[in-house]
Amino acid sequence: MNFKLKIWRQKDAKSKGEFKTYEVTNIASDTSFLEMMDILNNDLVHKGEEPVAFDHDCREGICGMCSMHINGHAHGPETAVTTCQLYMRKFKDGETITIEPWRSAAFPVIKDLVVDRSAYDKILQAGGFISVRTGSVVDANCIPISNADAEESMDAAACVGCGACAATCKNGSAMLFVAARVSSLAKLPQGRVEGARRAKAMVAKMDELGFGNCTNTGACQAECPKSISITHIARLNREFLAAKLKD
Amino acid sequence: MAFKLDSKIPAGALAEKWSNHKAAIKVVSPANKRKLDIIVVGTGLGGASAAASLGEMGYNVKVFCIQDSPRRAHSIAAQGGINAAKNYQNDNDSVYRLFYDTIKGGDYRAREANVYRLAEVSNAIIDQCVAQGVPFAREYGGLLANRSFGGAQVSRTFYARGQTGQQLLLGAYAALNKEIANGSVKCYTRHEMLDVVVENGEACGIIARNLVTGKLERFGAHAVVIASGGYGNVFFLSTNAMASNGSAAFQCYRKGAGFANPCFTQIHPTCIPIHGTQQSKLTLMSESLRNDGRIWVPKKMEDVEALRAGKIQPSQIAEEDRDYYLERRYPAFGNLVPRDVASRAAKERCDAGYGVNETGLAVFLDFKTAIERLGKDVIKARYGNLFDMYKEITDVSPYEQPMQIFPAVHYTMGGIWVDYNLMTTIPGLYAIGEANFSDHGANRLGASALMQGLADGYFVLPYTIGDYLSAKIQAPKVDTTTKAFDEAEKGVQEKIEKLFAIKGKQSVDDIHKRLGHIMWDNVGMARTKESLEKAIVEIQALRKEFWSDLKLVGTADSFNVELEKALRLADFLELGELMARDALQREESCGGHFRSEHQTEEGEALRHDDKFAYAAVWEYKGMDEAPEMTKEALDYEFTHRAQRNYKN
Repeated sequence: MNFKLKIWRQKDAKSKGEFKTYEVTNIASDTSFLEMMDILNNDLVHKGEEPVAFDHDCREGICGMCSMHINGHAHGPETAVTTCQLYMRKFKDGETITIEPWRSAAFPVIKDLVVDRSAYDKILQAGGFISVRTGSVVDANCIPISNADAEESMDAAACVGCGACAATCKNGSAMLFVAARVSSLAKLPQGRVEGARRAKAMVAKMDELGFGNCTNTGACQAECPKSISITHIARLNREFLAAKLKD
Repeated sequence: MAFKLDSKIPAGALAEKWSNHKAAIKVVSPANKRKLDIIVVGTGLGGASAAASLGEMGYNVKVFCIQDSPRRAHSIAAQGGINAAKNYQNDNDSVYRLFYDTIKGGDYRAREANVYRLAEVSNAIIDQCVAQGVPFAREYGGLLANRSFGGAQVSRTFYARGQTGQQLLLGAYAALNKEIANGSVKCYTRHEMLDVVVENGEACGIIARNLVTGKLERFGAHAVVIASGGYGNVFFLSTNAMASNGSAAFQCYRKGAGFANPCFTQIHPTCIPIHGTQQSKLTLMSESLRNDGRIWVPKKMEDVEALRAGKIQPSQIAEEDRDYYLERRYPAFGNLVPRDVASRAAKERCDAGYGVNETGLAVFLDFKTAIERLGKDVIKARYGNLFDMYKEITDVSPYEQPMQIFPAVHYTMGGIWVDYNLMTTIPGLYAIGEANFSDHGANRLGASALMQGLADGYFVLPYTIGDYLSAKIQAPKVDTTTKAFDEAEKGVQEKIEKLFAIKGKQSVDDIHKRLGHIMWDNVGMARTKESLEKAIVEIQALRKEFWSDLKLVGTADSFNVELEKALRLADFLELGELMARDALQREESCGGHFRSEHQTEEGEALRHDDKFAYAAVWEYKGMDEAPEMTKEALDYEFTHRAQRNYKN
């Protein structure tokens, strides 16, 4: 297969970026999208040009590192997959593919397709944990948790922190990301103790870091590679309101 | 000068060693902990749990990761589960049984005392993770669920769907975030350690490259902990993440730390087979699938040929025409034999011509029987995400046709030599998790990597490091303007300049792929004297090519992925040779190390305990010099070393 690639190139955070067009040829249909990028980059190196910088690591959809906007969609046109799990057989031979970095005020571009997502770490540092010291805990089976609660907690905990939700949201809101963590811990008895403080601290940090407000468009859920449901946002809102009422 | 190795294994009965040792080692008071700095390199299960625990205790911790967040570390990709000796299933499990299974699974090439300690602290890990909010799978009564893994006859593996590593790492990452918020841990993301600084024979800091700015930075500390994972990417194609590398460990080796058993590589039996030449990595299909999946190839060659020609589908092959070769050869463990045994058995069938895809390098992993027995919904609940992943990659649904699988490089049991305190041969330098060599012998059991990473990080290192640091309470902050730091930084600077000065024709990937082929063909699943000698010559030649014909673009003082890759490949080109040398001297087969000259009549690994019951510890002598090997004798006081038997 052959493709024309329109790729965002930007030297560094301060420089102005622009689209550049490249061609790749003889791509096997079972090549992954990132392997196609590897082939392009190897060609560029041979030509003495700088390869396209992009974030990636595990290449099995779990580390959350890959982060491309492909043809207008976070992680490309397929639903429920990360960019690294996207295969070229999903594209048409000869197609022009547009590749951009995440576009979000809170995720500034570092180079080409690489953005700075440290804002997500900061939100979690504000309260996305249970304050338990190593070793000062009870036997695991002393905390029975219903199968349904554990499953729901796990549904939310599947978030890979890739940033697709905020990059997709027209308001640049990180609500789905925040909700996933708050909801996952809220479903567990261990997480209840600090529930109110957690919800308030994480939402406050999100606002402080320049993420926008949620207006329930549902775009985040549609683009989330792990299909995290916006029902978790509803739970976050409940947690947040309950916490505020206690103030 | 050969190493004087002191493993510092405490005296006494096996079950009392760790307790006795903890009672005997020194501790540092809270007021003094505040004065001490510790560097942790890596944020996977080992690094994150260690950094968080040390921060909680009151030390000043600096933690480094090469990705943009600690949560990306490759521990996140571990699928199946984590072992512990809880005996929640009432199947007569115990600390001793977990110890015994692990030491036997490692083919009697690990230290008894370390492995026993690992089994001993395993239960506390599960308690810790539950308290952190890890959503492990639950039974309907609300208690924790378990499943079985290879090499065990009990159900002791705890899991969170097929994403156990992710959930455990998010737990450790949350603990780390708590300490970052507290101010006790400072986290440096997108930073790569390029050298360890040693002064007066003790580790006192690192040189790291800021991967965004390209700037070299100096960091001092009273102790340095390496938690940088394994070096499986020396094979180019492996299940490791793209950035996983052996360089942090290799710099320690270059600076004088012993490197133990480098040839012990785990080839995982259930990975998606290689397709084409454009592939960048291999994808694992969790070992947990072998709980319900049955591995087979056709009995008749005509069926093999028809499959390859696309004339029949695997589901059309009659039950009596299928060779469930693991069940046939190993009735007691069946599909749940350890990984090295399962991988070799797959290789044996493929070498005999029964491989089921066009390359002849694949076998089936079939869920037909399980779906008939349990129903599709149950299988979906257990393995749904893995089945979806398989379908994304191959375009075939495992609900309808069996998966095709083949062995691939997955884990390295070898690593930096450490004593019982997890300290390397350089005082003040520690190694934990996959980066060290200590617990898995010649083969790691499934669901034990997560256990070891967290055991080291939560429960072992935080205690043992105090014994060393207690002597440092009067020591001032480390001065990073000394000659040792100057020289280390200069060394890194010169290496980078040298790479840019080559101006050759081949890209990093071009050369790395060739190294991968040499390694897989000669230092892979079956090794011979000839193949290893050939590998050494070929790697040396390839290394010369690298240093004379590499093409590197971009600049040193900017975000430059090609430079990062080149620095890692430079080390892989030395590490590969070290692995081949180690495999060459070990004239026996054990665990994942299979020397074709040494096998039983039935094709099983044949150990020679009289000659090779030791850990081979290598000392660096220079890039083109032969390293020197020192032996640490592995004395077995408590277990009888038997020929491993998974048949009955």
